[in-house]
Amino acid sequence: MSIATPETAGAHSHEHDPHGGHHDIGFIRKYVFSTDHKIIGIQFLITTLLMLMVGGALALGVRWQLAFPWQAMPFVGHLHVFQGQGGIISPEFYTMLFTMHATVMIFLVIIPILAGAFGNFLIPLQIGADDMAFPTLNMLSYWFMWPAIACFGISFFIGGITAGPAAGWTSYPVLAALATAAPGSGPAQTFWLLAVTFIGVSSMMGSVNYMTTIINMRAPGMTLFRMPMTIWGMFITAILQAFALPVLTAAGFMVLLDRIGGTCFFIPAGLVVNNADPTIGGGQPLLWQHLFWFYSHPAVYIMLLPAMGMVSDILCTFARKPLFGYKPMVYSMSAIAGLGFIVWGHHMFTSGMNPALGMTFMVSTMMIALPSAVKTFNWIGTLWGGNLQFTTPMLNAIAFVSMFIVGGLSGIFMAAVPVDLYIHDTYFIVAHFHYVLFGATLFGVFGAIHFWFPKMFGRMMNDTVGKWHFFLTFIGFNGTFFTMHLLGVAGMPRRLADPYNYPYLEHLLPMNQFMTYSAILMGFAQFLLLGNFFFSMFWGPKCGRNPWHANGLEWDAPSPPPHGNFETVPVVYRGPYEYSSPESDKDYLPQTEYIAPHPSPA
Amino acid sequence: MRKFWCLFFMVWPILAIWLCWISPSYNWWFPGDALWKLGEQIDDLFYLLLIVVTVVFIGTQLALGYVLWKGSEAKTGHAWFSHGSHNLEVIWTILPAIILLFISLYQMDVLARIRLKQEFPEQVANDPVAEVSARQFEWRIRYPAPGKKLRALPQPDDLYTVNDLHIPVGKPVMIRLRSEDVQHSFGLPHLRLMQDAVPGLVIPVWFQSNKVGKYEIVCKELCGWGHYKMQGELTVELEEDYNAYLQELQEKMNDDGYSGDPAETVALSNED
Repeated sequence: MSIATPETAGAHSHEHDPHGGHHDIGFIRKYVFSTDHKIIGIQFLITTLLMLMVGGALALGVRWQLAFPWQAMPFVGHLHVFQGQGGIISPEFYTMLFTMHATVMIFLVIIPILAGAFGNFLIPLQIGADDMAFPTLNMLSYWFMWPAIACFGISFFIGGITAGPAAGWTSYPVLAALATAAPGSGPAQTFWLLAVTFIGVSSMMGSVNYMTTIINMRAPGMTLFRMPMTIWGMFITAILQAFALPVLTAAGFMVLLDRIGGTCFFIPAGLVVNNADPTIGGGQPLLWQHLFWFYSHPAVYIMLLPAMGMVSDILCTFARKPLFGYKPMVYSMSAIAGLGFIVWGHHMFTSGMNPALGMTFMVSTMMIALPSAVKTFNWIGTLWGGNLQFTTPMLNAIAFVSMFIVGGLSGIFMAAVPVDLYIHDTYFIVAHFHYVLFGATLFGVFGAIHFWFPKMFGRMMNDTVGKWHFFLTFIGFNGTFFTMHLLGVAGMPRRLADPYNYPYLEHLLPMNQFMTYSAILMGFAQFLLLGNFFFSMFWGPKCGRNPWHANGLEWDAPSPPPHGNFETVPVVYRGPYEYSSPESDKDYLPQTEYIAPHPSPA
Repeated sequence: MRKFWCLFFMVWPILAIWLCWISPSYNWWFPGDALWKLGEQIDDLFYLLLIVVTVVFIGTQLALGYVLWKGSEAKTGHAWFSHGSHNLEVIWTILPAIILLFISLYQMDVLARIRLKQEFPEQVANDPVAEVSARQFEWRIRYPAPGKKLRALPQPDDLYTVNDLHIPVGKPVMIRLRSEDVQHSFGLPHLRLMQDAVPGLVIPVWFQSNKVGKYEIVCKELCGWGHYKMQGELTVELEEDYNAYLQELQEKMNDDGYSGDPAETVALSNED
């Protein structure tokens, strides 16, 4: 293990200048094209929070149509761009709405907010480094997100408002490969593919950086098994990205070639799509599904493991207790990552792949529930016998555990292939992944925002507003998504612009209206978060280095940490979760605090 | 306030279970009983999972509520300084592993009987009643002429309908499922069955309905802007009605719209 030095980290020397910072770097280099991991992390955080609102607005569009089908949209229905469709949500606009909702939430919110925002901000601080291994690459990883945002933005409008990308975020060919297949499969789909490629490049830059930093730049004494769970989560996520992402990028280029280069990787011969000439070729659409899910299933864990890590940190801090079963937690996280590579076929149980393959994927998928269960038991064990402090981060972290139980358990239904034959592509699935990605990950993220905000800006967020935000979000969330399980059992398929076309679904309309009201409540609650965030950034009460009395290395640095983070290279003496240790009078024992060995009584 | 949050985290699982409990009476549940034995077995497997999952759900949420309640009581002194328990880890690894392995093995039989070609009922294995071709946004159905077998290639005397699939009641049938353009999915919610229609592939699907009636065919894979209206109808009828239907269909198809004596027929133009 090498120690982070100014030379290796590419940062300036800060030892004779504790406040750090080149005094001559201007505003642009300091806050815009910054190479400081903290600024980049905060840039990612603010960008993704804004994108969260965009994704949420798209979701409310979907909810509007499901609750009030074919009725004029409130507020935006009068806009000029919607006049062509009479102010209502047309079916092609609806397909675009859910496609872009998923795309924005996955590629522009959850992945970058975990790895980009918190990975960047926390990795050097929690391992005691003064910056990332490759600061310039780090800056580029943020700025490569903007071409992606631009391309997604262009894809909304290039074909007109009703011809945005509309093949689902999974973009299955042939629908996504032939321009004639749908209004949104024209140039919009090409820009969608380009955007996904850009965001992949951004993720890959981050991934390389995180792995190198965590392996090479840990402070003295920071052994692998003294790393906080957050770092383990980020480390394993970076490995997942490095191995899974190239497959998606390659597959994306193959579709791009099919679209504009005349190849036929995914297009079989003889298809007559929308009265166009029959296709020529000999491609196989199922190939895309294999390649896509080979990335996108590990991506589910990319969207979960860092949040699991952060929640472990938060639970320990506010239970004033060591993590229950640190090593089992690390091993189960690794097991999730490993098994995550051999379960992708469970997205394809009904796709027509060999049924024998479905059986093996069923067993591996069932088995991946095991490490998740072990983690849940350990989180409950962590709370067991603690002195709990119900702060905003803690409430969100407890919600993570409580919601993850639901998301994990509902997954078992889909893993069982015969049951999946019925619930596949119904709202049961939609309920399941929202419990994992929103109920678990996003509540974890909300907890992390409140928890590390003091370190980011040196000020506290308002706890009362934070609790109101949590309370309303939690109620709105469960009102929206728990009921989706029942829609799924009733057989309501997802992605239908008007499910009430089917007589057996007509009676579900009132329930959908209830869900839409819940979703609106949840959407408006997010303004509390944004308001609290931006207000506290400037006017929140100032805090010291360690407002939560936590153990991690990051709390050893000033708040906010200067360029270069630590005044002196921190030395680590113990793991990060030694709360309530008998060795100390305080109920916490920072990793850097030296306690002289004393002779044992015997 | 501390107790309030404990109760908050305990109340919602109770509400969730209550909602699931009352939902069948509000019809927020399966759309009727499954129409065939394997469908019933799928429902049974669902209920088996539901029982296992409910027990685990109540257990974990109770444990969570308990540790929150105990932890919220004002205590003097430190929290319990514990790094975990090896025995507990072993127990809560092995026990779920056994349950999960049991569940996955227990599901295999039904899956094999629905999906594996060699497990298909003998009378249907090589004898499809119809070819269902999905296209944007309809189901095209091709039957063989009465008394003939369905060939892979369309025959001149084949019978065609759109969105209207008829099968005889009480006996297994097999269809050839294919797609003419993009990917679709042939969903029969009342039979608890679905199968994607993949461009370039012909996929055999077998099923059976033990109850006459009309049931929805649902497209369950996004296939374009009109996905929501790609609705077909499965008519399950008595064998003689089914044969009569095919007969009638054949007569309709052979009819050139020119019945009656040609000499007495007057051509009508659009203006009339």
